[in-house]
Amino acid sequence: MTSIALTLPDLRQPSNPALVLRYFRRNKVLGVGVVVVTLLVAFTLIGFLVVDPQNAYPLSAPTKKPPSLQHLFGTDFFGRDLLTAMVVGMWQTAIIGLLAGGLGTLIGVILGFISAYFGGWIDAVIKGACQILTPIPVLLIQVVVAGSLDKRDVTILTMAYIVVMLAWMGPTLVIRSQVLTMKERQFVSVAKLSGVGDLGIIFGEILPNLLPFIAAAFVGQVFAAVFASFYLAVLGLGPLREPLLGNIIWAAQSQGAFFNGWWWWPMEPAVAMILILASLALVNMGLDELANPRVRRTE
Amino acid sequence: MSIKLIVKRLAFLIMVVWAASTITFFIPRLSERNALRERFAELSRTGGFAPADLEKIIASYSAQFGLNKPLYQQYFDYMWGILHLDFGYSLGKYPLTVMQLIEQALPWTIVLLLVTTVFSFIIGNLMGAIAAWQRAPRWMRAVATPFVLLQGVPPVLMGVLLLFFVGFRLKMLPLGGAYSPGLIPNWSWSFALDLLAHQVLPATALILGSAGGWVLSMRGMGVTIQGEDYVNFAEHKGLGGVRIFRDYYLRNALLPQVTGFALALGTVVTSAIVVEGIFGLPGIGSLLSQAIRANDFPVIYGIVLLITIAVATLMVGLEFLYPLLDPRIREE
Repeated sequence: MTSIALTLPDLRQPSNPALVLRYFRRNKVLGVGVVVVTLLVAFTLIGFLVVDPQNAYPLSAPTKKPPSLQHLFGTDFFGRDLLTAMVVGMWQTAIIGLLAGGLGTLIGVILGFISAYFGGWIDAVIKGACQILTPIPVLLIQVVVAGSLDKRDVTILTMAYIVVMLAWMGPTLVIRSQVLTMKERQFVSVAKLSGVGDLGIIFGEILPNLLPFIAAAFVGQVFAAVFASFYLAVLGLGPLREPLLGNIIWAAQSQGAFFNGWWWWPMEPAVAMILILASLALVNMGLDELANPRVRRTE
Repeated sequence: MSIKLIVKRLAFLIMVVWAASTITFFIPRLSERNALRERFAELSRTGGFAPADLEKIIASYSAQFGLNKPLYQQYFDYMWGILHLDFGYSLGKYPLTVMQLIEQALPWTIVLLLVTTVFSFIIGNLMGAIAAWQRAPRWMRAVATPFVLLQGVPPVLMGVLLLFFVGFRLKMLPLGGAYSPGLIPNWSWSFALDLLAHQVLPATALILGSAGGWVLSMRGMGVTIQGEDYVNFAEHKGLGGVRIFRDYYLRNALLPQVTGFALALGTVVTSAIVVEGIFGLPGIGSLLSQAIRANDFPVIYGIVLLITIAVATLMVGLEFLYPLLDPRIREE
């Protein structure tokens, strides 16, 4: 017997960063979104090293100065240095987005799982509540909540909680429908037959397969939270002392910034907000492709 | 459509309105804040009556607004009021009721909303359909595709951009308000033109700001539909491009968009309100931001409830439109 010598072809698995880069080239939408988000994060982090956060509050700089070498982004009517205000405002926007997005997704995942996995009347109640609450314009209920609070009590954290209060229905319905299909798959039946308990199936079998959906729901929630808190702040319901981007636009419009020629005051937070929302929307679209392999493009 | 389905949808509508009004009833009562006390404390600071009388005034007003009754009684009175579209009196502009204030502001908002929603729906869907339609001439797709980018710029920010570039830099259009300061409203062409000029920027901001969403979803829909057999069949029959585009492609792609429209109604309305606030137009949005500034709670809650009821009713109403659009539903 002669043995056949098998020469293994030289299969080298590309390194991880290379794979990620290659995927970004294919999924350009995600790539561009991630790049812009990274730049914004870099702006905020480097900004904190350079500026003194205290300058983002009133009476810390000369008032109404257009952009100059001394104040790169200019200053506003209340004597805030707008470069500092942008750095702090973006940081606060990120906190609201991540906190409210994370909490909303967590609540959604838990309720979605309970609803789909146990079914019956629990499912009917959760699904019914989601369906009844969905047609109610969320922003308006948030206006009621924010309006009922004492303005001195409103902080960045309260903003996040207000936003999350009515933002869990979307992820709940998405996760519920995914668990419903996942539950019928064969690997779940096999696990059940081999005696794995409810919790084992949920955490060992279903949850890992849902991770892409959860990631996509999370980015969607962050986008929604940033958007909602921005609208509340533009209406004058934000923590008025903080340099939240929406607050700055609200303050600028209340003082008639364009009428008085202080164009940089409302424009800077507007451009910052456009960059934040657009990059999050791009990441969201790109992740959809990752989470939904049917539309995933091949090389 | 069967009677059973209609009854079911109406029951759903009632549930939504009940949920919304219950939330707006309980949330303010959970908070420590006393609207009357804040309002009159402010008035007593600016003078007008002695601070010692504050408690007396608050007590008599509480009685008048029914705030000293037990909670369940207040809840029933409140629900009874909503059934009559009676939201009580404004705290800030006292002799006026909330409904009177809303009636003054509503026409502005309705006109703005109607015009912008129709335009953004048409422009967005047409651009999305063209961007996905591979048989379309190259220049058409080159024009339509960039509209996808609008997705990232919500109406309010579009408003600030337009204010800066068109209003401030080019000085082509006014920077806000309903009409030029100093003009007295009258029935003349010059006044009508002035009024119109003040509406152009907010309307454009709303149209462009909300078209992006339609472009994106229509493009996604279009990509699937143009591969369908009936579209290929129409082509093999030798039908013209316009005919296939309009009757086979657009018509079928539009149906899910109407559902999407029903779901987006809440966002459409809230965007319009925030844009009105930014531009200082005398609509519901400005009424709301003034009420927020003045702690005029009955007005805030009245606006919120009225809009919620309107949005939920429209949403359910749109469902009754489906049979007109889709013959398959009609036959069932």
